[in-house]
Amino acid sequence: MDNDEHEHVIEVTDLKRVYGGGFEAVRGISFSVARGEIYALLGTNGAGKTSTVELLEGLAAPAAGRVRVLGHDPYRERRAVRPRTGVMLQEGGFPAELTVAETARMWAGCTSGARPEAEALELVGLSRRAGVRVKQLSGGERRRLDLALALLGDPEVLFLDEPTTGLDAEGRRDTWELVRRLRDAGTTVLLTTHYLEEAEGLADRLAILHDGRIAVSGTPAEVTAGRPSRMSFALPDGYFLGDLPPLAELGVCGHETEGRVVRLRTTQLQRTATGVLTWAERSGVELGGLDVRSASLEEAFLGIAREREMAA
Amino acid sequence: MRGVGTGAGGGGVRGVGVRATGHAVRGAGTETGEHGVSGAGVRTEGRDASGGGAGPGAKGVRTAGAATGEHHASTPGAGAQGPGVGGVRVVGRRLGALGRAELALLGRNRGVVFTALAVPLLLPFSARPAIDQLDLRKQGLTIGTTLLTAAIGFSFLFAVYTSLVNAYVARREELVLKRLRTGELSDAEILTGTALPALGIGLAQALVLCAGSAALLHTGAPRAPYLILPGLLAGYLVSAALAALTASFTRTVESGQVTALPLMFLSMVGSGITFPTEVMPEKLAAVCELLPLSPAIRLFRGGWTGQLSTGEVLGALATALAWLFLAVFAVRRRFRWEPRR
Repeated sequence: MDNDEHEHVIEVTDLKRVYGGGFEAVRGISFSVARGEIYALLGTNGAGKTSTVELLEGLAAPAAGRVRVLGHDPYRERRAVRPRTGVMLQEGGFPAELTVAETARMWAGCTSGARPEAEALELVGLSRRAGVRVKQLSGGERRRLDLALALLGDPEVLFLDEPTTGLDAEGRRDTWELVRRLRDAGTTVLLTTHYLEEAEGLADRLAILHDGRIAVSGTPAEVTAGRPSRMSFALPDGYFLGDLPPLAELGVCGHETEGRVVRLRTTQLQRTATGVLTWAERSGVELGGLDVRSASLEEAFLGIAREREMAA
Repeated sequence: MRGVGTGAGGGGVRGVGVRATGHAVRGAGTETGEHGVSGAGVRTEGRDASGGGAGPGAKGVRTAGAATGEHHASTPGAGAQGPGVGGVRVVGRRLGALGRAELALLGRNRGVVFTALAVPLLLPFSARPAIDQLDLRKQGLTIGTTLLTAAIGFSFLFAVYTSLVNAYVARREELVLKRLRTGELSDAEILTGTALPALGIGLAQALVLCAGSAALLHTGAPRAPYLILPGLLAGYLVSAALAALTASFTRTVESGQVTALPLMFLSMVGSGITFPTEVMPEKLAAVCELLPLSPAIRLFRGGWTGQLSTGEVLGALATALAWLFLAVFAVRRRFRWEPRR
């Protein structure tokens, strides 16, 4: 019983992972995920997302630090944890020559209290492809098969490593919808992604990984808070940046120009936009390619990469 | 996505509680659980409709199952049978599921099937001219038993050893082994389940060979039949364990054709497969008796000739067990579950 009284279904403390060659893929990260929460690990390729998730899945032992899933060590106490978790690896891992139905049947036979295979395939919309061999599936269909198998045992905790890579826009939306429903039913979901909109739209909380460390974490709103918004436009011939009102008065905190294109970073987007547009109206100037956008995860993401580069 | 969220009002009443019952019923051994009605959507309804009420009950069952690692063994329904029986049933079900899939895969790999089935039947006859030169009578051997032993030896090597090296490496390169390790199976279950079809084919082949040679090669009945099965088991199990060990240091299916050669060559020449060790010089024969497949061949041949002393039988059994333990020990430490990147 003690496991379920844990507020945090996943707890990670000072986690490190070092590969055979001495490469430090995970360099001391800590976070926790509450029951019924969707937590996203976001990062570029090589940031350490998969290396981290594999430790949580119990596929490898950490070089240092501690992992607890449902109160257990997923590597040493495999038998206690596995019946309650569902895993979707970054890459399939199904025999190419088996059909979808055969693969599901095999996996169901290896899973405690598995739901019927047909139901799992129905969940991800693969029923019509049941008789097709895995090697003939598209990349997106393989991802959905993988998700179906992860859901076979109706897990309490779901690990999804890049669940929508290779899916088309509709498939991606379907998967998001399914993940949300699972979350609403009480499933805890940890997913990795390099799609910013996926993390922003789906995750209750997220961490941005960079070089094996957590650069920033929190709710999407917390992570984007304090990040500047952006405004960009092209000035017509004969006009220059100096013709605008003083940028500092418009709340602009940084700018760059590239030919005729001006890019502004601002913490007060409304003020900046109003200032620029009022000036353009008064001066009879037509701004080309006008683009105004509030702070997003993308800005946070790029900002982190930029800061790290400068620090290095 | 159709299955999700279709739960009607009535679904809420079932939901989580029914799931728990479903587990229990399955655990007791019937396949009539209520899982059909309990999709993710229905489950949502259940929790929403009944608030926290249904939640803890269901959680209790799940936790109880997880505490011992086996859902089925520890759910109330299975209690009457005792956890031991439930555990065995669970392992049996898993191995069956894995073995069945592996058998389907084997059936779709014609090259491997041909090698496994045909080589042990055809190859012994190519050795016949050489065997004809040997003085077999002194050792109580006949051409029939010598050919049969050769066929059984090739069955160890081709039906099980090389075919399993191929299967283990192929599954690892396809990331199947890694994926299986994310599930509930233990490492031993994964390797055993994968080996089941090859072992089954090997044993069936041995039975056919024994019956066939009794009829066609006039081998007659074995004089010490109780040694036949231990001999076959020793041969097939050591071959399977060594296949896993060979797969540990084999990167690709193609390179498996090279890494499998040392054992194949040693066994054919030194273990009494192509010619009986009895015709070797005494000292060389004594060393060759320690090779991995030698005890299996000795036991099997001894079963037909009835010329093994108790000490020789025990020695052969001990050698076979030592190889088995050694191979299992090495596999536990060295087996690679993922491709090198």
